[in-house]
Amino acid sequence: MSIKGKAFIVGAFEHPTRKAPDKSVAQLHAECARGALLDAGLNKDDIDGYFCAGDAPGLGPLAMVDYMGLRVRHVDSTDTGGSSYLVHVAHAAQAIALGKCNVALITLAGRPRSEGSSGTQPRNYGASAPDTAFEVPYGISTANGYAMVAKRHMHEFGTTSEQLAWIKVAASHHAQHNPDAMLREVVTVEEVLASPLIADPLHRLDCCVVSDGGGAVIVAQPEIAKSLRRPLVKVLGAGEAPKGQHGGKIDLTTSGAAWSGAAAFAEAGVAPRDIQYASIYDSFTITVLMQLEDLGFCKKGDGGRFVADGNLIAGSGKLPFNTDGGGLCNNHPANRGGMTKIIEAVRQLRGEAHPKVQVPGCTLALAQGTGGQLGSRHGSATIILARE
Amino acid sequence: MSTQQLERKIPAPPINAENQRFFDAAKQGRLLIGLCHACEKYHFYPRTLCPFCFSDRTEWTEAAGTGILYSFSTSVRGVPVPYTIAYVTLDEGITMMTNIVDADPAKLEIGQRLKVVFREAEDGSNIAMFTNL
Repeated sequence: MSIKGKAFIVGAFEHPTRKAPDKSVAQLHAECARGALLDAGLNKDDIDGYFCAGDAPGLGPLAMVDYMGLRVRHVDSTDTGGSSYLVHVAHAAQAIALGKCNVALITLAGRPRSEGSSGTQPRNYGASAPDTAFEVPYGISTANGYAMVAKRHMHEFGTTSEQLAWIKVAASHHAQHNPDAMLREVVTVEEVLASPLIADPLHRLDCCVVSDGGGAVIVAQPEIAKSLRRPLVKVLGAGEAPKGQHGGKIDLTTSGAAWSGAAAFAEAGVAPRDIQYASIYDSFTITVLMQLEDLGFCKKGDGGRFVADGNLIAGSGKLPFNTDGGGLCNNHPANRGGMTKIIEAVRQLRGEAHPKVQVPGCTLALAQGTGGQLGSRHGSATIILARE
Repeated sequence: MSTQQLERKIPAPPINAENQRFFDAAKQGRLLIGLCHACEKYHFYPRTLCPFCFSDRTEWTEAAGTGILYSFSTSVRGVPVPYTIAYVTLDEGITMMTNIVDADPAKLEIGQRLKVVFREAEDGSNIAMFTNL
């Protein structure tokens, strides 16, 4: 059984805040939910399925269903880090296809900026995680884990810091048109390389922003979607793939996107060359490069050449990516960039992206997420969406 | 950066019923890795059930303590003391996370030979790290 065509994304909302010291996390989730309902033209009581991940407070769905006053018959709190929300779209489509719910709400929110979070801080998933004793003493952080991936990619394929910088340059070209983006200034390759080294070989401008905020999407069954007065965005295919250290047979230059992407393309019945717009998870520049290769937009090892010279810039490049400015420039709420990847893909397919970055006649888009730590264990999720 | 730098405080590993013997051996200066007698493969980090064939015929055996540098990164900003995190591929063919110590990060090269040394964590546990051979 396939989810192809069994569900549509009918509502999408990105919270405009980037710093919310005066709001609670639950409040941000609820404000995002309300924004997505308004966007869809639905009421709260239409929701009969709720999806959230580890950024939701308390016991996730138990806390938030109660806080928002929902009555649902299906919940899912799958947590694969920042890729969770793409998994949720796929799981919502599955639940809708099986008749377990008709209108699924997915929310994400957090305030890492107000709480002083930083990607250079050692990351600890708790004493009971079996890897903690073998990694936390070494000071594994978000930044230095991804930096080891970049270093190994450079070693195996000759990738350069200049090529990685082009990814940030492209994101900044898009962010200049987004009034909500944290970093709206267009930067050059030279400026990326001149920014302070954080964890060798990654510079400050290779890293995403830390922001408060959130987002929500609503997935609905086809008849409901067609009854609403919004452009139709159909779920064509999806894939999910956790990847770890394989018992010590570590391969840092392949991500789970190699499997989640292949599954999504097979289900959708399309190929990478068909994709007109791609939202690619951009916690760091190297994250984008790895996923582009593993999704098949170019051959493994060719990512550096693929992203160089503005190839990801809308209007001039062959593969416009992250036209909202992405996590690198716009927003990375709750340190989880998956939700905003879905939202910008929906905007593109509806023709509602900023006119300066809108892909003309965009009918096929991909959204890709990577959650957790590319340098140790991560969750990859891919969804392919089409305008009907 | 030279070996003159201040030493980083090493966080204590959370020791539990399963990994206790790994840290007991480390205290004696021995690096243990997992070996499965069913599929005859090494694994890391060591665990009770083999991550390849799921057999319980596993042994925690001493590694030679030498290997080559697979990848590394030196954190220089946003940290109290610069330090180098790394993956080292042991001679037994498995790769483990570690730190490189007593070596100039600017002179490290992927593929170079390394040997294990032990450093004390904040709780007195010994942590396996690597330095130039």
